[in-house]
Amino acid sequence: MFEALDAVLLARLQFAFTVSFHFIFPSFSIGLASYLAVLEGLWLSTGRQIYLDLFKYWLKIFALVFGMGVVSGIVMSYQFGTNWSVFSDKVGPVIGPLMAYEVLTAFFLEAGFLGVMLFGMNRVGRTLHFTATLAVAVGTFISAFWILAANSWMHTPTGHVISAGGQFVPADWLAVIFNPSFPYRLVHTVFAAYLTTALVVGAVGAWHLLRDHLNDGARVMFSMAMGMITVVAPLQILAGDQQGLNTLEHQPVKVMAMEGHFQSYADGAPLILFGWPDQTAGVTRYAVEIPKASSLILKHALDAPLKGLDSVDRKEWPPVAVVFWSFRVMVGLGFLILTLAAFSMLARLRKGLYDWPVLHRFAVAMGPAGFVAVIAGWVTTEVGRQPYTVYGLLRTTDSVSRLDAPAVAASLLAFVVVYFVVFGAGVFYILKLMNQPPHHGEAGPERGEPVRAVGLMAGPAMARPGIAPRDREI
Amino acid sequence: MPFTVDLPTVFAFVIAFAIFAYVVMDGFDLGIGILFPALPAGRERDSAMNSIAPVWDGNETWLVLGGGGLLAAFPLAYGMILSALYAPIIAMLLALIFRGVAFEFRWRDPGHRAVWDVAFNVGSVVAAFAQGVTLGALLQGIAVQDRGYAGGWFDWLTPFSLLVGASLVCGYALLGATWLIMKSEGPLQARCYRLAFPLGIGAILAMAAVSAWTPFLREAYWLRWFAWPQVLFTAQVPLLVAIVSVAFLVGLHRRHHYTPFLMALALFTLGLAGLGISLYPYVVPPAVSIWDAAAPDVSLRFMLPGVLVMVPVILAYTGYSYWVFRGKTGHEGYH
Repeated sequence: MFEALDAVLLARLQFAFTVSFHFIFPSFSIGLASYLAVLEGLWLSTGRQIYLDLFKYWLKIFALVFGMGVVSGIVMSYQFGTNWSVFSDKVGPVIGPLMAYEVLTAFFLEAGFLGVMLFGMNRVGRTLHFTATLAVAVGTFISAFWILAANSWMHTPTGHVISAGGQFVPADWLAVIFNPSFPYRLVHTVFAAYLTTALVVGAVGAWHLLRDHLNDGARVMFSMAMGMITVVAPLQILAGDQQGLNTLEHQPVKVMAMEGHFQSYADGAPLILFGWPDQTAGVTRYAVEIPKASSLILKHALDAPLKGLDSVDRKEWPPVAVVFWSFRVMVGLGFLILTLAAFSMLARLRKGLYDWPVLHRFAVAMGPAGFVAVIAGWVTTEVGRQPYTVYGLLRTTDSVSRLDAPAVAASLLAFVVVYFVVFGAGVFYILKLMNQPPHHGEAGPERGEPVRAVGLMAGPAMARPGIAPRDREI
Repeated sequence: MPFTVDLPTVFAFVIAFAIFAYVVMDGFDLGIGILFPALPAGRERDSAMNSIAPVWDGNETWLVLGGGGLLAAFPLAYGMILSALYAPIIAMLLALIFRGVAFEFRWRDPGHRAVWDVAFNVGSVVAAFAQGVTLGALLQGIAVQDRGYAGGWFDWLTPFSLLVGASLVCGYALLGATWLIMKSEGPLQARCYRLAFPLGIGAILAMAAVSAWTPFLREAYWLRWFAWPQVLFTAQVPLLVAIVSVAFLVGLHRRHHYTPFLMALALFTLGLAGLGISLYPYVVPPAVSIWDAAAPDVSLRFMLPGVLVMVPVILAYTGYSYWVFRGKTGHEGYH
């Protein structure tokens, strides 16, 4: 029994580790693909060289990020079977087709046009190349749509029946896909991806402005990123609030853990700002709290009663401290991002967006904030779903393969070592690229050219006027 | 409705097609990784790498479709096979990570290019070998009980699975060499002509060995291949293998650019057809058929239009992408 529990814990750790690592890359590439599409669109419509330079600057980084996203993603599509075979057997009929649609409508689209996007600029002409960029950007969205539909269904399962053998059988596909938490989660996650990307782009711009505040490329990317944050950060806080209310409706226990509410409150629950949730004792120690504020946020009434974890069986509790703290990390970073947005607004109004080192240092420091917030939010929602894989219906301990603890321990160790070595190197290369200032006549992800067709020197783009020779190097 | 379709059979063909597409497309780019040590560092390696850089990502997506499709259409088989073959599957995934990142990393870090070249090579060899072992272990059968895997953690490790693993490494290397014959010129092409001959002989012998061994694994396979009258049908496979092998050797001897690759692909196609003949209708031999493992019809019916519409579309734009990067890989632009 004890050994079986260990194997489950190890399998969970392995899944959490590999999915968290993986999630970093798409949360960057969803936003970056759109940013690249905007840059190329601006270049095509205005003809200004600077947009093409920035496009090529970020395209090199995109190539690295996307590659790491692909290889870490292949792991995910097999890990349901290796470690969660019972889950696969029971839930496969519902989430399998959603993931199959993700592959068919998104992954192939992205992968199919990525080659053209990265290496094809002087082979296919401007319009077709822009189409390829758009296809990749749209592909990242479609992918988010399907995978979040599948993930949301595991949180708020609807539209299915359970067969005699315990298999989940879809009954109404629209209800499965558009399950109650899906729209909220989709909006919240896509905004998160936008913010993450904008923070990185802003930090890189700020980094180069600190060195040379006249660098045109740095100015344009910093301004665009800050503008994006200013628009999206407030919307994201609103979207987060809406998702919180949706969670309260469908997964109240998760909200109790997020709030650190072990006890029920009959007339107004306090908002616990900080504290240490003690799961064994069932209290949040050292709580710093604002009276009645939690009821105000969650029920929009000061004296509204709010149930606590004491109203449910302990066997239904998620690990409270993890959920409580990851939630605070996410929200705290959200408000810091909002502060950066307000700061940049102020700078823009004073016309000092490019000449205010304090702002630039702040933006550099906030560069990784999006990734941390995304992972923290992910931990909040996924750990908050415990002890279930399909909320309320299938327990995590009943989902796992017949695992041997040493086998899982060995694979987990291998994943940890390989991910840190490989993706550590990747992050280092990305930082190295980011450390180079954007400049006029930026090169693309070139190696000269990856493939050159014999006798095809007069490619369509070459024949067009207005492209300087160096632009052909992409 | 008078006309009904057996959806599990349809999806068995869909999954088989995904595996076929994967082997056809990722086979040659894994093969180039396997051959990497045989190519001198510098121009030849760079050209070889560049010939697959724009397409490898799409190629590997077929592997995701194979995995995702199996989960969607045959969830029971997906869980059984992957947990039974835990070690080779994890090894394959880790190996694919090493080779996948090497494409970009070797350009970004010229100082450590040699290191990433080794990662590309070892990753490709391990991934190919693990895929072969997986195939071999599946063919020899998986012990199941109560909708779960019931064997030990090293059941997959047998002489037969190791033979299939080695065969696949050799076969992919052949695809890689013949792909480069098609895509390159000069010294790289000459080198690949030299490599393709022993690799071709090796692959044909390996195929013969696996084929000869398979009927002895299970009586069902023996009957499938040799029972009268279906032997009239199954005998066409080895016959075609012999014809294709001769065509391959002739094409190689006459220094054709395309024939060797196309014939190597034909060999793989016949190998997969043979695999299908042995397995059908079992997805997890010896006990679980495609009907036992299939998802409910409602799941399969939901996916059917997606498959019927999207697979041709995917093939069309994949074809377009190959067309954009057609022709020989040159070495201009590397100075």
